[in-house]
Amino acid sequence: MNKKALLKKKLLGTPYFIWSAIFILVPLGMVFYYGLTDRTGSFTLENVLAISTPEHAKALGIALLLSLIATLICLLLAYPLAMILCGQKNGRQSFIVLIFILPMWMNFLLRTLAWQTLLEKTGVINSILNFLHLPSLNIINTPYAIVLGMVYNFLPFMVLPIYNALSKIDGNVINAARDLGANPIQVFMKITLPLSIPGIISGITMVFIPALTTFVISKLLGGSKILLIGNVIEEEFTQASNWHLGSGLSIVLMLFIIVNMLLTAIFDKDGEGSFL
Amino acid sequence: MKKLLCFVLLPVFGLSLLTGCGKSSAENGEVIVYNWGEYIDPETLSLFEEETGIKVVYDEYDTNETMYPKVEAGASAYDVICPSDYMIQKMIDNDLLAEINLDNIPNIKNIGQQYLEQSKEFDPENKYSVPYCFGTVGILYNKTMVSDPIDSWAVLWDEQYADNILMQDSVRDAFMVALKLNGYSMNTLNEAELQAAKNSLIEQKPLVQAYVIDQVRDKMIGDEAAIGVIYSGEAIYTQRENENLEYVIPKEGTNVWIDSWVIPKNAPNKENAEKFIDFMCRGDIALKNFEYITYSTPNTAAQELIEDEDIKNSKIAFPDFSQYENLETFQYLGSDGDALYNSLWKEVKSE
Repeated sequence: MNKKALLKKKLLGTPYFIWSAIFILVPLGMVFYYGLTDRTGSFTLENVLAISTPEHAKALGIALLLSLIATLICLLLAYPLAMILCGQKNGRQSFIVLIFILPMWMNFLLRTLAWQTLLEKTGVINSILNFLHLPSLNIINTPYAIVLGMVYNFLPFMVLPIYNALSKIDGNVINAARDLGANPIQVFMKITLPLSIPGIISGITMVFIPALTTFVISKLLGGSKILLIGNVIEEEFTQASNWHLGSGLSIVLMLFIIVNMLLTAIFDKDGEGSFL
Repeated sequence: MKKLLCFVLLPVFGLSLLTGCGKSSAENGEVIVYNWGEYIDPETLSLFEEETGIKVVYDEYDTNETMYPKVEAGASAYDVICPSDYMIQKMIDNDLLAEINLDNIPNIKNIGQQYLEQSKEFDPENKYSVPYCFGTVGILYNKTMVSDPIDSWAVLWDEQYADNILMQDSVRDAFMVALKLNGYSMNTLNEAELQAAKNSLIEQKPLVQAYVIDQVRDKMIGDEAAIGVIYSGEAIYTQRENENLEYVIPKEGTNVWIDSWVIPKNAPNKENAEKFIDFMCRGDIALKNFEYITYSTPNTAAQELIEDEDIKNSKIAFPDFSQYENLETFQYLGSDGDALYNSLWKEVKSE
């Protein structure tokens, strides 16, 4: 490639560089600045180490636990679904994908609020159960409702990368395995599953990270009774106006996200999961 | 080519429309208002624009705490803001407010003397603020779901209402309830008193259905809970929607709050700001706002004009404060005080 073409390519990239500088690097730098200083502006690690206080550690622990459970449930639901999707004819396939993406056109807050209305004591589900003389469902304002909200909101992010990875598997590979005498279980364990791992990993990332950091779901479906680390950080910014502590705790959360992304980078070398 | 032309022309056309609009209605400049969400009748804003030719730029916030950093940073200049009592005190302390020239606000004569007296708790000389709304915090209960008459905060600790109680999800309001229950001042900084209040809140937590702010209103209307802590202005609205609801000011005392108009120091249009405040103090305008937002107005002229006798004599909207003891108004506790309250609240929430 000659120099001129290279320069042209670089020029085309400038808007993106400017965009990421202003909206990614600068805010990130500010979080680090606030997180590593105190009110007087001098350097301190106190805000980051504050994660070890009982309240913060507990909030982080519950957030990790609930988001892991939600991720696992998403995986168990999404994998069979993605396989079914792959087995369909082309036209039907895109129709089912559309149905899956359709709710995502609606605002995330509205969908979560809708679940609140559904689950409430006098809500839609309980009214129907009452009418049928069945015992009522009391999961609103409990951890179960939070996990339900996480699974519902983030399930598409698990289905789509797995579906993407599965649909790229060459049918000839599977036929070859069958030719050589593999039974369906062996085909799945030795061919399909290993080849879809990049999709699984990026699905896990895309569900686990938003679930770990969410504060809206626990607020609306948990009745603010269960404090997740996201709630702690949100309240430091909006209520306590202690941006230093809020940023410090965000840095801790970032560590978990970076570990998760490193795993993705190791397993997902070809960018299989970059469907979205 | 035609398509391309469209793409070029549309924005140009749009821009000219926008600027044209701006010029015609801004003949007398503008006034930038920063108010609580859903805290004004939008019609009064257009009336103000018609009568004065001043364009209103309107912006909203949901808590005092989100409003404060924006004003302090000075990044966006506002002309009129409507914070609550303790926040006004904090803004005065930090030199963020301009003195209001009351000569430019003749309609302040409509504001009842008792409310100006009460404002002195946070604005000692009535120099910085003009009252807009006031009210109390109390218990809203569903008559069909409680057995005994309710007159005390203690009902929020009554085990027979387990999972039927809605608490306020904000530090000062939650601690106000617990401090009053224990017979202390809601502005205390005494460590032992605050620990006692914290322990009460922790003890209460298993009985609480949810900690909410605005949603108390909808949940109580929908029969979702039996008892909720609520602002008096919301109580009138909920009664319109669900006639089984009743509001009471507990005998241990409560918070009497005032939200007032203030003008920040860096206001670009101070004169227009004063015109705006004066307009809001007019009897008919205050009445419009009262009917729209149902928060009690301190405007005596507007109180006279209320046609509905039930509302006019409502003990919820206009309680006789002399009947109650231990009524207080929130004061600013300094940044150390705020930090103390916040850390105790976090302990409650993470229990």
